[in-house]
Amino acid sequence: MNMDFRKDYPLLAARPDLCYLDSAATAQKPACVIEAEARFYRKINANPLRGLYSLAQDATEAYESARETVRRFLNAPSSAEIIFTRNASESLNLVAYSYGSFLSPGDEIVVTVMEHHSNLLPWQQAAKRSGAILKYIECDEKGRISEAAFRAAVTDRTRIVAMTQISNVLGVRNDIRTFAAIAHESGAVFVCDGAQSVPHIPVDVQALGVDFLAFSGHKMGGPMGIGVLYGRRKLLEAMPPFLTGGEMIEFVTREGATYAELPHKFEAGTVNAAGAVGLAEAIRYYEQLGFDVLTAREEELGTLLYEELTRIPHLRLYGADNAKDHNGIFTFSIEGVHPHDIAEILNADNVCVRAGHHCAQVLMQHLHTPATVRASLMFYNTEEEIARLADSLRSVRRRMGYAE
Amino acid sequence: MPNSFYREIINDHNLRPSHKRPLADADLELRGVNPSCGDDITLRLKVSDGIITDGAYTGDGCAISQASADIMLDLIIGKDVGTAKRLYDIFSRMITGSITEEELDELEEAGALIDVSHMPARVKCAVLGWRTMNMLLDDVSPSNT
Repeated sequence: MNMDFRKDYPLLAARPDLCYLDSAATAQKPACVIEAEARFYRKINANPLRGLYSLAQDATEAYESARETVRRFLNAPSSAEIIFTRNASESLNLVAYSYGSFLSPGDEIVVTVMEHHSNLLPWQQAAKRSGAILKYIECDEKGRISEAAFRAAVTDRTRIVAMTQISNVLGVRNDIRTFAAIAHESGAVFVCDGAQSVPHIPVDVQALGVDFLAFSGHKMGGPMGIGVLYGRRKLLEAMPPFLTGGEMIEFVTREGATYAELPHKFEAGTVNAAGAVGLAEAIRYYEQLGFDVLTAREEELGTLLYEELTRIPHLRLYGADNAKDHNGIFTFSIEGVHPHDIAEILNADNVCVRAGHHCAQVLMQHLHTPATVRASLMFYNTEEEIARLADSLRSVRRRMGYAE
Repeated sequence: MPNSFYREIINDHNLRPSHKRPLADADLELRGVNPSCGDDITLRLKVSDGIITDGAYTGDGCAISQASADIMLDLIIGKDVGTAKRLYDIFSRMITGSITEEELDELEEAGALIDVSHMPARVKCAVLGWRTMNMLLDDVSPSNT
C-alpha cells in the first residue's frame, strides 16, 4: 500500500516544508472532502427538508444520505439516532441540557479527571441547574482508570456517567465497553466523548453499549462546523428539544408546539448540509483506504515518535510508558523551558504542535503541571516529520540559553 | 538554526532573573494571569513618597513573560510613579509598533522585546508584567505617596 497520503491533502501537498503534528486539534482536509462540500453549494444548494421543488429534494437527499453514511460508520441501529450538530461540544451540551433536565437534587453525575472541558463544563452546569452532585473518577499517573475506581464512583444514585474514549492529553484509551456495562448495572446512562477516538479507531456504538456518543467531523478530515451525536432512540424520544426554531416542529399554535420526529427534533434551524456531505465524504475516504491500514500506519508512526521522544534529554513524557497506549497523542515538557517557548521554537522550524492546557485544566492540575506541549499524529504524517520534530526538540534548551 | 532563539538578553533575564523573589513588607501586590496560556505572576512593589523603592515578582510562565517582568523591574525601581506609568505607555506602544527612536532608548533593555511586535501570539506574554504594574500604580492615590 502506498503510504503517501499527503498527495491527497492539498494543504500538505503545497507545503512540503510543514510538519503538521496537531491533528488532535484539527485534521487536515483531503481534496475529496473540500470538493464534496463545494459540490453541494455548486450543484445542489437549497434548504434541505423544506422545499417541495426538485432542487430542495436533492439537497434533502444529500443531507439524509450523509446521515445514513454516519449511521453505517458508527453501526448505529437507525439513522433517526444520528443527530447532526456543530461539533462534539455541541453534542455533549445537547445531552447535558436535554437529558440533564431529568436530574433531581441528590442525583449523581460521574465524570473523570481526564475529560476535555467539552465533556466537563456541560456537566458542571447541569449539576448546578438541577442540584445534582458531580463526582470525579481519578486516574493514575499513567492515565489509567481501574475498574475498581470506576465501581467505587458509580452508585445507585448515579444517573449519568460521562467519559472520553481516548484522552486528548495522555492518549490513553478507556475500556468503554466494560465501563458502560457497569454504569448500566446501576441504572445510569453512559455518555461517551468520541472526539479523539472516532477519527482513529473503529467505533461501534452497539458493541460498546453506549447510550450517547459525540464526535466532531473536523478531527477526521471533515469540514469544521459539523459534528454528530448518536443517542439511543428511546432516550432521544423522551428528551425535550435542546434548541427550538425552524423545521423541528410538527405543529405550532400560539400556546405551544408538538415537536418533529427524530432526528429533526434536535436539529433546529437551517442545517449544515454541505458540512454533513463533507463529513460523509471523509468517512468514505477512510473506508476506501481501509481503517485497518490507517490504524496500522498510525501505530507504526506512534512507535517511532515514542522512541524518539524518550531518547531526548530533559524531556518528560506524560502518560503511558509504551507507545501503543498513547494512541498517537504525546504530551510532554522539557525541563527549564516553558511550553510556549518550545512551541515558538518549533514554529520557527515549521513544526506545528499544541502548547498549553489543552482544554483539560482539571487533568493538568491532577498531573501538577500548568502547561505542556502536545504532538499528535494522523496517518498522513511521515517519518521525516517525526525526525524533524525530534531534531528541533533536541535544540530547544541550547536555543534558550542552556549549555546543553 | 540560530544559536539563541530569543535575544540573549531575554534568555539571560529568564534563566537568571534579578527580581524573581518574594518581597516582604510590600506596599502593593497584584496577581496577573494570562488564562489562555497560563502565564501567572504576582508583582510586589514598595512605594514611598511617590518613588518605587523596591519591587519583585514570583510566578511562572514563558521566557518572554518572565524576562519582560524582570527587565521592567530593573527599569522602574528608583523611578517615580508617573515615570513608571509613562514607561508602561511607551512599552505598550512599542509592542503594537508605534514608537519613536527616542522612546525606544528610554526603555533601555526592555527595547529588546521589540521583536514581539512581530509575534502577535506573544503580545500578552510581553505585556503581562507591565499591565500588572500599571494597574497596581492606579491604586496609588496622591495621599499615600
